[in-house]
Amino acid sequence: MNFKHKYFFLFPGLFVLIGILIFPIIFVVRLSLSGWNSYNPGLDYIGLENYIRLFTDDPRFWESFFRLSFLSVTTVILQYVIGFALAHMVWKDIKFKRFFRVLFLVPMMTTPVIMTVIWRTFFHESLGPVNDLLSVFGVAPKWLTDPVVAKFTVIIVEVWQWTPFMFLLLLAGLLSLPREPFLAAAIDGASPVRKFIYVTFPLMAPISIGAIIIRLIEASKIMDTVYVLTSGGPGTSTETSSFYIFIKGLREFQMGYAASMSFTYLIIMIISLTIIAKVLTKVLLKE
Amino acid sequence: MKLMKTCLTALISSLMIFSPMAYADKWSDQFPHIKATGDIPGDCSYEKMSKKNYKGKTLKINTHAIPVMGEPTALHAEQFEKLTGAKVEVTHTPAGDLYSKAMVPFQAGQAPYDVVFGFSNFINDWKRYLAPVPKKYMNSPEMKDVTKSHMGVSSWDGTMYQYPVDGDRHYLKYRKDVIDNPEMQKKYKADTGNELRVPRTWKEYAQMAKYFNDWDWDGDGEKEYGSAEVMKKDDLMFAAFFSRSVAYAKNPRTPGGFFFDLETMKPNINNPGFVEALTDWVEATKYVPPGGTNFGLGDEIGSFGGGQTLFSFSWDDAFIAAMQDDSPIKNKVGAAPLPGADKVWNRASNSWENQYNQAPYIVWGWAVGVAKKSKVKDMAFDYLCFFSNGANHQADLAIGRFGVNPFKNSDFDPNIYINSMGWDPEIANSYTQTLLDMEKSNNRVFPLRVPGVFEFTSAVATGTSKALAGQLSPQEALDEVAKEWEAIVSRVGKKAVQDAYAVGVKMEDNKL
Repeated sequence: MNFKHKYFFLFPGLFVLIGILIFPIIFVVRLSLSGWNSYNPGLDYIGLENYIRLFTDDPRFWESFFRLSFLSVTTVILQYVIGFALAHMVWKDIKFKRFFRVLFLVPMMTTPVIMTVIWRTFFHESLGPVNDLLSVFGVAPKWLTDPVVAKFTVIIVEVWQWTPFMFLLLLAGLLSLPREPFLAAAIDGASPVRKFIYVTFPLMAPISIGAIIIRLIEASKIMDTVYVLTSGGPGTSTETSSFYIFIKGLREFQMGYAASMSFTYLIIMIISLTIIAKVLTKVLLKE
Repeated sequence: MKLMKTCLTALISSLMIFSPMAYADKWSDQFPHIKATGDIPGDCSYEKMSKKNYKGKTLKINTHAIPVMGEPTALHAEQFEKLTGAKVEVTHTPAGDLYSKAMVPFQAGQAPYDVVFGFSNFINDWKRYLAPVPKKYMNSPEMKDVTKSHMGVSSWDGTMYQYPVDGDRHYLKYRKDVIDNPEMQKKYKADTGNELRVPRTWKEYAQMAKYFNDWDWDGDGEKEYGSAEVMKKDDLMFAAFFSRSVAYAKNPRTPGGFFFDLETMKPNINNPGFVEALTDWVEATKYVPPGGTNFGLGDEIGSFGGGQTLFSFSWDDAFIAAMQDDSPIKNKVGAAPLPGADKVWNRASNSWENQYNQAPYIVWGWAVGVAKKSKVKDMAFDYLCFFSNGANHQADLAIGRFGVNPFKNSDFDPNIYINSMGWDPEIANSYTQTLLDMEKSNNRVFPLRVPGVFEFTSAVATGTSKALAGQLSPQEALDEVAKEWEAIVSRVGKKAVQDAYAVGVKMEDNKL
């Protein structure tokens, strides 16, 4: 029997895959080999010129990359710790459990750009309510104008916005855990802390790795928060890779160069996230 | 007979006086926006537009977000629809994305928008995609009223690509109730030994701003500060930096380029004149309100317009906001030219000249063009002509948040501001005189309008913001900018940048 016709059923899927994934990547690679900009639009061929410029003459890209690494790792660690704590709290039988489960998800349901505008108003150093309150204690942090503090302001907003996502994944994980190990631990008289360290945490390791990796992928694209909150300032102190690529591509219209940065960034992210996933698996699952 | 003559004269006089009003009322009843003036006769008046029939046609516009320029665009679109039967679709876009929103389809050979709003310094990159303004409009009385500077800003080598709807320049705004207050003058003299007056130099500006920083000098129970300035990275801060630089670096005795040396295309941006200006600016971070180093244009307008600072300098908007009826400081503010300097850099002799220098900065402003590929060009130009007709223009000028500023010779009549906006005559006179003097100056600086302009201004924003944040010294920051500018010139092509820059230099050197 000839089953060749079965391959026709693959076409719709392949067509979508080529259209939305393969073609854009190939186009970005081709674009990165061109000098497309505002005064010279078109896919001319300039070889590896953009890549040479990126690797030899653009420290700002690498600075923004290391800044991004700091911001994303810090925010994801904080989101994991807080998200786990909140998920653990509503996993137990507490009063108003359903109310808290919904409440903790609210930040994630809001539009990031709008919420960042609101946070920017909160942190406005002369008109915002945060410093107004803190002035009672005689302090007025420079939330958006000090190069160090501004980084932490970005972290606060990111943690507030995306901890619910971590909470949601971890709560789903907790709810799916088998009851037997907990019963065994209870019979053995394990304290809540020991139960958490030796039962809950190891059982949650696979889902924790997944949640951390998903959030790291998302956090490594921090853009809207920076765009609205600080525009990458003061100076370049909160500029991340995606924001820098945005400036070069859509502000300065250096499309070819921005494409080379995007592709390089994609490669770096694939490699580094694969390594991180391997390390986390090794550490948490003790493989 | 004498009585009859008197009655007849009175009747004719009344008719002459009230007939425009009766004519005006017909339209101002329907369109309250122009209630102060009514319709003003002209080629694109309400009366004329009502005779056009664009039923069944759609005009697509991309403009700025509400309110600045976005609000008047939408308002005049609605009025245009009512008058002509056209359908007008208005898209609002943040300032930073106006360039790319038009440029992406332009480069792809499409015209999703018939009318595109942007900034006048986009002209070099956009001109090949825009339709020149037709002769019919060029010869209209309204266009003849546009100042020479703004005809130049909207045109490229004699061809107008951007329809004038706004006129922009940077100037100084100050609290008149403080600077002109004899008690304050006495106190300032006693404490500092200096005269309290409208600052002639940036050094005086800094001294006064520091003195009036962080205390309640207007007795409203809240602290006030020295100066509100646009310092937020990527939020037009490069224009604020150029405003501070012109005094030190625009030397009328060294023609041939402010930003570059036109002959060699070597950037001037890191010469001692610009470095002095950036050093002053870094010092200014000490006398701005808390968070002032993150102020964008909106914050600056709100801060000075809300009475928070003694000084401000940038576009008209903060001044107009301060003079609106709902402002706590209405008729308490003054306008003056940008401060100058007691020395100016001579790049030919590579030395400072110790003499007073002041230079107006005719900064880029809102501009709008019609896409070459638009299928409704006539309607698009009619819309733009209607947007800036006499009645709309005068009404728009009175609303600070609209961002529409004087660009017609008739705008410099102080009576407009006294009669229809309730300004104090002295303030109206100083305002119009300040703007008029800038038009007449022979030492003006025009915005940089070269291919890839965004790369140049973005490099300035990055470099200067690093200096303001303390990441680099002013000299290091501007050296970095100069290096980046050289790289951009080399990427774009020296000749392309030089040819384009020559057009701007001709204007600065009063040869165009």
